Amino acid sequence: MAKKILKVKAKASGGKTKVKMMAKHIMESGQRKDKKTGELIPAKFLQELKVEHAGKVVFEANLGTAVSKNPYIAFNFAGGAKGEELTMSWTENTGASATETAKIK
Amino acid sequence: MSMNRRTVVKAIAAGGALVGASVMMPRAAMAAWAESAFKADKQDAAMKALLGSDAAADSAEVTLKAPDIAENGAVVPVTVRTKMANVESISIFVENNPNPLVAEFKIPAGTEADVSTRLRMGKTSKVTAVVKADGKLYSAAKEVKVTIGGCGG
Repeated sequence: MAKKILKVKAKASGGKTKVKMMAKHIMESGQRKDKKTGELIPAKFLQELKVEHAGKVVFEANLGTAVSKNPYIAFNFAGGAKGEELTMSWTENTGASATETAKIK
Repeated sequence: MSMNRRTVVKAIAAGGALVGASVMMPRAAMAAWAESAFKADKQDAAMKALLGSDAAADSAEVTLKAPDIAENGAVVPVTVRTKMANVESISIFVENNPNPLVAEFKIPAGTEADVSTRLRMGKTSKVTAVVKADGKLYSAAKEVKVTIGGCGG
């Protein structure tokens, strides 16, 4: 399995959990040219990102090429407690995918 | 063994269909990523492909937070928030980008319709947030000026 690309900060307070995610990813849009060869660099970007908590999907994102490099996404969901686990799964447009976990603080 | 030829053939056929289905399943699940919408080069076409309609009502209940001037088009922080009930999804469009659809966020019940992210903008453009709630579309738009584009190399 590839190295973890997601950095997740999840904090539970007042009955809800705030999640901030940052993925380390180039998000190549497929519109940039290689400066040396003048050829287009093929697109390589995160397509889907799903966050699950206690077996329930709490957030789902479908991303396009116009999302910044090293995508940052923040959202809140109801529930969640300190020490519980979040499961993130992502898929790249190349077909690569992985599942990562993070603990709620 | 009491299995005659007919049942064996049937079993194989059914098994084959199952294998076929299981190969197709992830694809079907992937269909969540609306390729035609993300590839569309016009905002209304992208909206139609993603949400089934390009008629979104301007709504004061949708809050789109974005800078007036983005110094660096490669990183434009955007927050979309709404107090509406039964929000199904939030989508963000940048009109003048080569592919206007930036991202679609699905909001399951229990998750707040309050999402922040960062996006790329090629040039000065209108940024539109479309909220789908109760099967209807609501939008908020804001013009963001870009001094350095984020799409080229």
